[in-house]
Formats: sequence, C-alpha cells, structure tokens
Amino acid sequence: MSILVDETTKVLVQGITGRDGSFHTQRMVAYGTMVVGGVTPGKAGREVAGKPVFDTVADAVDRTGANTSIVFVPPHFAAAAVREAIDAGIRLVVCITEGVSTLEELDLFYYSRRKGARIIGPNCPGIITPGKSKVGILPGEIHRPGPIGVVSRSGTLTYEVVHGLTAAGFGQSTCIGIGGDPVVGTRFDEVLELFEKDPQTEAVVLIGEIGGDAEQQAADFIRTHMKKKVVAYICGRSAPRGKRMGHAGAIISGDKATVESKVAAFAEAGVPVVDRPDLVPDALRRG
Amino acid sequence: MPKASVANTAAQVAAGVDALGGKGVLKAQILAGHRGDAGGIRIVHSADEAARVAEEMFGMTIGGYTVELLMVEELLEIECEKYLSITVDRSIPAVSCIMSATGGENIERVVQHSPDTVHQVVLLADSPSDWERRREDFIDILGKDIGVPAVEIARNLLRLVQEKDCLLAEINPLVLTRQGRVLASDAKVILDDSALWRHKDLDQYHTTDESSDDEREAHEAGLSFVSLDGTIGCMVNGAGLAMATMDTIKLMGGHPANFLDVGGSSNPEKVLTALRILLKNPKIKVILVNIFGGITRCDDIAKGIIMAREQLGVTLPMVIRLIGTNEIEGHAMLEQAGLHYTGEMTEAVRMAVALEQEEGAP
Repeated sequence: MSILVDETTKVLVQGITGRDGSFHTQRMVAYGTMVVGGVTPGKAGREVAGKPVFDTVADAVDRTGANTSIVFVPPHFAAAAVREAIDAGIRLVVCITEGVSTLEELDLFYYSRRKGARIIGPNCPGIITPGKSKVGILPGEIHRPGPIGVVSRSGTLTYEVVHGLTAAGFGQSTCIGIGGDPVVGTRFDEVLELFEKDPQTEAVVLIGEIGGDAEQQAADFIRTHMKKKVVAYICGRSAPRGKRMGHAGAIISGDKATVESKVAAFAEAGVPVVDRPDLVPDALRRG
Repeated sequence: MPKASVANTAAQVAAGVDALGGKGVLKAQILAGHRGDAGGIRIVHSADEAARVAEEMFGMTIGGYTVELLMVEELLEIECEKYLSITVDRSIPAVSCIMSATGGENIERVVQHSPDTVHQVVLLADSPSDWERRREDFIDILGKDIGVPAVEIARNLLRLVQEKDCLLAEINPLVLTRQGRVLASDAKVILDDSALWRHKDLDQYHTTDESSDDEREAHEAGLSFVSLDGTIGCMVNGAGLAMATMDTIKLMGGHPANFLDVGGSSNPEKVLTALRILLKNPKIKVILVNIFGGITRCDDIAKGIIMAREQLGVTLPMVIRLIGTNEIEGHAMLEQAGLHYTGEMTEAVRMAVALEQEEGAP
C-alpha cells in the first residue's frame, strides 16, 4: 500500500509539449509511472515520449481513462488548467507550477473541495511512491520502497532528507511535497491522516519551515488523531524576521511563524524535532 | 480621505501646508512601519516650520529606507482611531476582515499585548445579505459612529483586494474626527507579486522590498537573495535547502553571510551571476555551494562554478557539495578543474565552518 498514487494511477500531463512538461514526462515514464497521455491546446495528434497529446482534458479522460493529472502549465494559465482537470473528472491534480497568485490558490482550494477532487501544490515537487509511480519532478533514484511516509513544504530539502533516509536503510511508502506557497491545495494534517490510515506506513517524517501555522495544525492533528510515530525537521531558524526566504510562504510575520513556536507545538504533541536534516534517521531509530 | 498632497521638495511641502491653511501633518512615505517612533510623522503649524522640518526629514533613514517623499496631510481633530483591513488569512485559508477598536501606530503592540481587542470576520461569502448580517459585528467592534460606515468601507476594500489581487488592504488609522467625519487617515496595500502580470496599470507603483543593492541585483537576475551579517557565502538550490544550510552553519558555530536560492533548472550563467553577487560582499571569507540536483543538473552547476573561477578570479576558499541529477558529469568537470567536492551536506558545512575559523571569523 501507499497513499495517493501507485502502479494503477493513470496520469495525464497538462502542458506536456512544454520544456519542463516533456522532459519530466520522459522521466516519469522511465520511472514506470503509467502516463496515459498529455494535454496542450492546439497540439492534439502529436506524441511525447510515445504518449498521445490531446487538446482538452475532457478528450484525454474520455480516451485514456486518466484519473490523475500533473500540471506544468505556465503560471498565468495554471489555475485554469487545474480547474479544467477537475471539471473533466480528474480526482487528483498535482500542480508543479510556481507563481500562481494567492487569490487563485484560495479559489482552487474551495473549488476542489466542492467538486470532491484533491490538489497537491501549487509550487511543489509532486508525489512519489517508490518503485511504483512518480507523479512529479522528484529524482526517482534516491528513493527506495519502505515503511516511512514523508511530507514536506519544500523540494530539494525533501530530497536531502530522503537521501539520508535511504542511506540509513529507511525506505519510503510515499513522499509528498505539498508546496511552498501560503495557500496550498492539501495541507499537512490531511496528508498525515492518509499516512495514519495507510497500512504500509509505519512512521512519518514531516519537513516544515518558517511562515504560517501549518506545522501547528499538523501538531494538533498528531496530538489528537495519530498513533504512528512522527519525526519533524523545521528549517529557517536563522532567517531574519520580515524577509521572504524564497518560498512565497516562508516569511516570519507574527509569533506562530517562527521555528521556536513550531517546535513547541510539536513538543506538546510528543513529536521529536531534529536540528539537522541528517539527524532524521537517528530520531526514527530511537523509535 | 483627508485632504493631502505628496511632495519631494521642501518648497512643495511648504506650499502643501499653505494650501491646508497653514498647518498639517508630514508623513514619510516609505515601505516600513513604525514611522512615528522613528520621527517619520511630524506635526507642523506654519509653512515655514513645514519647510524646515521637511529639510530634516528628507534623507532620513527609517527601517533601511531613505525618505524621499512626504505626504502633507490636513491636521485632523481626532476623536478616536480604529484599525480596519482586509487580508488573506492563510491559516483558514480565507479572505478576512481584521478590526480593532484601538488603531494607530501601535497596532502590532495591541495585537501582542491585548489580542482580545483584535477581531476577525471571515469573508467566505460576499452577498448583500452576508454584509447585512455582519453589520452588528462591525458596530460591536468599532462603535456605532464608525461601525456603520465601516461596513461600506470594508466592502470597498474587499472589492479592491479582489480586483487588484492584494494580499493586504489596510486602513490604519480609520479616524473619527471631533466633527463626526470618518476618514481613512493612512493606508497600506500589499500586492501579490504572482498577480502583477494582470495589472499593468499598477506597474508605476511597483516597488520591491529589497533593502540592499545586492538583494535588488539578485532579484533582477531571478535569484532569491537575503543578506545576513556572517562570513560564509552560501549558494544553494531550493529555498528549504538554503534555509537548512544556513541553520546548519549556525548550529556548527559558523556565520552565514546570506540566503541564496539559485532556483531550479539553473543554467551556468545563473551560477555565475550568483557567485558575482556573493563576491561583492567584502566580509565573505569562505564560499559554500550546496546543490542537490533534481531539475537542476550538476554539470550545469559545475560549468558555472568553473566559469566563475576563470572570469571572476575567485581566490576565496570554496567548499562544494554537489549531488543528484548528472552528478557523475559534474564531478568529472570539477576534478578536471582541480576542484574538490563532497557528496554530503553535513561534511561540507563542517569544512566551511572550519575554513571560516582559520580565516579568522568573528
């Protein structure tokens, strides 16, 4: 088992003919993901990595039975692409695109919930269930199948932690980057709930950062609803107040946004928080 | 709105005060709060005094910003000051109206010390009946004199937020004068960078929040950069990993000089620009490169580093951690150029901190 994606997931790539879209389609296909086709308006009839291209998501779903999509569409059109996917019946939309505006993200948040769909991202590295399916841009080769669930607001920092987990012999059930923007489609607590229910997942690694209070919400959920072990790492301890650290969401404004406040919330939930990415495996071992 | 004009010379300020009948308030127009405490808001009682005070204020530095523009505003006889804003509350997430019965300069202190006086009304729905329902809340929080007109003001602010993609539209203070007028005495708007393409009309107002030249140059080159005051210059791909690198440096007793995210799909030119910006900082003693290639290819990074060493004449010690996509090619290029590298982040940071100490860090 795993969460959200596995070998049966039928993936559609929106923006498949673009530079990033075509490159990562090849990488996903090479990893073993069941990519069934792609969408670029006006380019129907072409092929990318041997997969058919359609004009609309509705056409593509009709012809391929896709149930999941990954969006590489440029920021100005990304929100419309996500909405098109949901309207066509796609149940899981992974939006890689960075630069979607906050009010659009807010709209998508409620739109997806009304329609019973799930959005991961925007501005995220996607999802991988090692050995089965990769719906994202994460480097496949650093992952191994195993019992650890990973959920993160970051991209490369997730790779760093996963690299350490694999080296220490901890394989992963599923790894998810939920995105670095202030408003994302799926939040920490929702992913934690999925991991709690997943029989393959034995423990969860949560990678947080400064800004907002998503970590506090996660800590609340862990305290009240989780039996599985959770280990956390939170970056941004040395970040100055009021400065945006790359991610639109990573800014200390208000007391809850600090690492200290997040660590305190996790302590209350019995979650050990390590000081360095390479100390995550030790904390898991302490069991 | 009160009567007001903006001015960038003392003569204009004096003329502005004259037009207001010989008295007014001078407010520094900068991208930082707490102006009052720093002398950025002054009351003047004549055009002569206005010119004199304006001379003092132009060129002042407040919160890292130089005062170049003053607002000359009519002097209000204030009965009370309230706070009203529309903002995106990411934690719900929803657009919300924030109100406080105590407005003015000290709103942040109010939030900290008496949070119970700050009220939030979530604006998930926006029909006339929704607003009718909220009327009582507004009156409860702001009092009748301000609360009733504030409903209309809030609706207009919400329209502004939605039409112009604002992350914040704030009126502080929202003033009731002794004469019974309700006025927006000062205001602040934060626009969403990700939506600016939709609002070409707002380009003329666009200012960035970079407070150093290096930060501005990095921004123009598409790099995320924040100056700190240490001596280890960092170049990292990804915001999370860049923060983790700074944190680890500090944890090991070192001093990061900056946050720098070269971003995904980094090409050699971007690496060159990043290193050029780092090297401008005379305090830097060691350069630490920490790259975990995903979209970013290690060979591109290696090429950029080698180009930088040739073109910029880098003499500082450099610690390179390079791993991920195309690492074999990247490592081969570094070896050929006689550069050392490691695959592990913790080891790289430890080496950089040791070198910093050898070079006589603070």
